[in-house]
Amino acid sequence: MDFKSGAELLALCEKEDLPISQVMLRREAELGESSPEELRHRMGRALEIMTEAAGTPLVKPGRSMGGLIGGEAKRVFDHLPQSLCGPVLSRAAAYAMAVLEVSSSMGLIVAAPTAGSAGVVPGVLLALRDERGFSQNRLTDALFNAGAVGYLAMRNATVAGAVGGCQAEVGVAAAMAASAAVELLGGSPRQSLDAASTVLMNMLGLVCDPVGGLVEYPCQNRNAAGVANALMGAELALSGVPQLIPFDEMLSTMYAVGRRLPAELRETALGGCAATPSACAACGGK
Amino acid sequence: MPFISVFDVIGPNMIGPSSSHTAGAAAIGRLTHKMLPPPIREVEFTLYGSFAKTYRGHGTDRALLGGVLGFTPDDPRIRDSFRLAQEEDVAYSFRLDHTDGDIHPNTVDIRLKNRAGQEQTLRGESLGGGKVRITRINGVEVDFSGEYSAVIVVQQDRPGVVAHITKAISDLGVNIAFMRLYRDAKGLTAYTIVESDQRLPEDIIQALGANPHVHDVMLIQP
Repeated sequence: MDFKSGAELLALCEKEDLPISQVMLRREAELGESSPEELRHRMGRALEIMTEAAGTPLVKPGRSMGGLIGGEAKRVFDHLPQSLCGPVLSRAAAYAMAVLEVSSSMGLIVAAPTAGSAGVVPGVLLALRDERGFSQNRLTDALFNAGAVGYLAMRNATVAGAVGGCQAEVGVAAAMAASAAVELLGGSPRQSLDAASTVLMNMLGLVCDPVGGLVEYPCQNRNAAGVANALMGAELALSGVPQLIPFDEMLSTMYAVGRRLPAELRETALGGCAATPSACAACGGK
Repeated sequence: MPFISVFDVIGPNMIGPSSSHTAGAAAIGRLTHKMLPPPIREVEFTLYGSFAKTYRGHGTDRALLGGVLGFTPDDPRIRDSFRLAQEEDVAYSFRLDHTDGDIHPNTVDIRLKNRAGQEQTLRGESLGGGKVRITRINGVEVDFSGEYSAVIVVQQDRPGVVAHITKAISDLGVNIAFMRLYRDAKGLTAYTIVESDQRLPEDIIQALGANPHVHDVMLIQP
């Protein structure tokens, strides 16, 4: 069982009457020559690492290696009682920012699909766990769904900021999270990919401009923006809003836009936020 | 197109902040750890390109050293590798080479000495997503990823040695996935790298070493 596009994935889901997560699990079992039990165990370990990384800075903030971030996730978490955006989004943002804090202070994380975008998928899933009571097993399945979307992005476009900008990192991470959230909340495979398509559309063109060349700032803020985009993409899809542009087409246009970005805006720290006077001052001109 | 696993997307599990500058650096260090018998006495790193520019903020230095100490890219001890190296009495130093030119942006040269007095120089490149390759062993250009179970045979470049290698491997019932021969100049030292889908058995070292023109055999498990 294999698929090379979103359209093929949807056809397989329909033919086999399976959700995206289970098609991805079967694909991995067949092509990767492992048992579903082994694969779910391994994914469960990824979920454990994500959970720990999303939780630790909320009680024990740490300073990043580059010194640009530290303590932001706890501030957002402590602000939850007065949350403006509501508990799901604010929690998701706090968790996502926490993961980036752990990563930038040399802690253990799971790249999803990259280290710089590692907060988005756990942020959304763990907020849904808290607010909707999903079990570890359901979250583990949801990671296979997210993995299907990320696999297509890796196969048919790119997930490297140096190639496609932040839209390829946080944009894809948010598309993965949106698709997984839709499946968790009872949406169809088509709605999952519609949500992913919406996210790519709304983050299209986002540049990769890390201050000082470090995966810290604005990366941490962008992970918070990623969960907001993911939840909005899922909300539209679950409401039954159809999308004109299918996921496969959004993916290829994201890739085309990414390749047209000038090199200054693709992880070289020569443009965008990285080239602002305040950023240059913060990094001592590095 | 190579198989993309779900764990290439949800993964690798790694110490942050960067898959290329941290996880890849640890992976390169760990490969060199597997290629020279421990304990290590001394290690010198030369960083090039983007490694030389942003190594500190990415913890590239800690990750390289941690890898040399044997830590995997997801080992939280990487953070403390300077202190742990000092505790194990491993002398380490870092040099920066800002000369541009035709070199992959995330490149490192690692010169290692162990307590037995053996020395090895390797060049590694971090390719993104935690993937790496070794591109030089003691000055000879090679190409080796460490993703498969592999043996590296250091041999005299002369007739019959490669035949010995393939025979010894087939006698052990091992199926070769890739086999490549690298050499600098005719008649000098050559390197044969054999990679297999299955786990290579430990006794392959002895079997390959039985030929007088084989100088050294390194077995590297993924």
